Amino acid sequence: MTRWQRRQFTDYVAKALGVVATAFGLFWLAWILWTTVSKGLPALKWGLVTQMTPPPGADGGLLNAFVGSAVMCGLAVLIGTPIGIGAGTYLSEYARHTKLGAAIRFINDILLSAPSIVIGLFVYELMVRPMGHFSAWAGAVALAFIVLPVVVRTTDEMLQLVPTTMREAALALGVPQWKIIRQVLYRAALSGIVTGILLALARISGETAPVLFTALNNQYLTSSLNEPTANVPVVIFQYALSPYEFWHALAWAGAFVVTMLVLVLGLTSRWLIARGKMTNE
Amino acid sequence: MASPQALELSPVDLQGRRERRDRLLDTVFRYAVTVCAVFVLISLLGAAFSMLWGGRLAFSTFGWRFLWSPEWDAVQKNFGALVPIYGTLVTALIAMIIAVPVSFGIAFFLTEIAPPWMRAPVAAAVELLAGIPSIIYGMWGLFVFVPFMGEHVAPWLDEHVGPLPLIGPLFQGPPIGLGMLTAGIVLGIMVIPFISSVMREVFNTVPVHLKESAYAVGNTTWEVVWDIVLPYTRSAVIGGVFLGLGRALGETMAVTFVLGNAHQLSLSLLEPGNSIAATIANEFTEADSAIYLSSLIALGFLLFIVTFIVLAIARFMLSRLALRAGKIT
Repeated sequence: MTRWQRRQFTDYVAKALGVVATAFGLFWLAWILWTTVSKGLPALKWGLVTQMTPPPGADGGLLNAFVGSAVMCGLAVLIGTPIGIGAGTYLSEYARHTKLGAAIRFINDILLSAPSIVIGLFVYELMVRPMGHFSAWAGAVALAFIVLPVVVRTTDEMLQLVPTTMREAALALGVPQWKIIRQVLYRAALSGIVTGILLALARISGETAPVLFTALNNQYLTSSLNEPTANVPVVIFQYALSPYEFWHALAWAGAFVVTMLVLVLGLTSRWLIARGKMTNE
Repeated sequence: MASPQALELSPVDLQGRRERRDRLLDTVFRYAVTVCAVFVLISLLGAAFSMLWGGRLAFSTFGWRFLWSPEWDAVQKNFGALVPIYGTLVTALIAMIIAVPVSFGIAFFLTEIAPPWMRAPVAAAVELLAGIPSIIYGMWGLFVFVPFMGEHVAPWLDEHVGPLPLIGPLFQGPPIGLGMLTAGIVLGIMVIPFISSVMREVFNTVPVHLKESAYAVGNTTWEVVWDIVLPYTRSAVIGGVFLGLGRALGETMAVTFVLGNAHQLSLSLLEPGNSIAATIANEFTEADSAIYLSSLIALGFLLFIVTFIVLAIARFMLSRLALRAGKIT
């Protein structure tokens, strides 16, 4: 083999391996999604949204878990989003090139990939231990700490994408800065900020570790935010590890619903980003 | 100055009032967003401090022995972190051995090999892997992948790789499917999207003229990637790998399902083990004594410190390329 042939051969092998690696990645995606659909679809039934989680060995639904998850995710977004947008605004508009800004960005990036179980322990120490009991509030706060860095990051990035000329045009008209931010920048970056919130919602709707020691679980529907609260991920966790077939089926049904929700939220935010890019170009 | 008798304010005065109000609101708004930003800073410090506080009983009782004692005995109230630390490091290492080459291959495919129409959809599909909640990985792992490993992979490894010298002992064990190897593979799948998306993004920041110059002197695609693209993006690629490592170290639910939850030290990767995150998830609500609970929180503190260091290195490496090549991600 000549030197040139050997180089070309290496090139072919490398390309083939690249294709194989991609196929390998997609193979797992297909396998996991297929499992979720094939085991989750048959387990879907009306009782899922009309009945409570059952006692051991009996059949039932996931009503209390769905309600609990929805309430906690909603509260988490309500708590995390305003703080996140505020912090993102500070980073983009007041601290773009300062040391404090760089430090906060760095800490936020770490928070973004920090293990979620650590957040659970933090909120356990912060709320559950002082209050003396598990509660929906504690679960919501734990999830809010996961929403926060996602919203900070997207708000910061989206505001930085708004052209400086817009700020200058508004300043030249004598508009004060807080009005520029609220009435010009937030409007221009709205779709991006909403995307960030959707991404955060997608992330927390499947999060288990942070709610495991904060909201715990509850076999019944509760109207109080100060009681332990059922939620889909923890129910899936407990039911999947149980020996009962009924419970496994419920866990798969819950897994199917959560996965579909996450995929729809993910695809929607992707579509929003793509649309935003097109209008910018 | 408007006369006190005048009921209506003059335009000049109105303007002054509005200016004062705007200035006040500007300050208020500035303070409000600053408080929000500082809150982000405090929340991370608060997390570290609260776990150190919660784990103080374990740290003061066991001292440094906590780090390397293999004991984990809820009855004798004697706790050490060696088994979970070992499990965490081994599973993360297996995950990286799988994920790094595969992610590089995916990034290579998506930036150089694939026809342009294929790139966006394939990249999106790979990133979907990152979107799937970890509990789904756990269920799939427990009900589908563990039986698969137990029936097909583990017996084959035990029979064919087990007798080999040096690496043999790593692959001897019962074909139960649960264990370090299974957990490591599942973790590897989970971190592929994180590493490959960083690699793909930084590969795309390589100036086109560098690559075109290399092609012009007759380099093959592979040589361009290996000798031009990779050296140029080296620090960010390492950053991406560390980002994935941070994820793998702290991943909880998936590992909890497939690792087997056994407090034992064993060389074999086919034996069940435990990791820091899985130990906390499994035992936290069952902890019946103060020292037990405190030991679990102390484990959380260790995990936090390790992931903080790994993620800090990741960010540092990523920002080094960002300084040179403009903004990434």
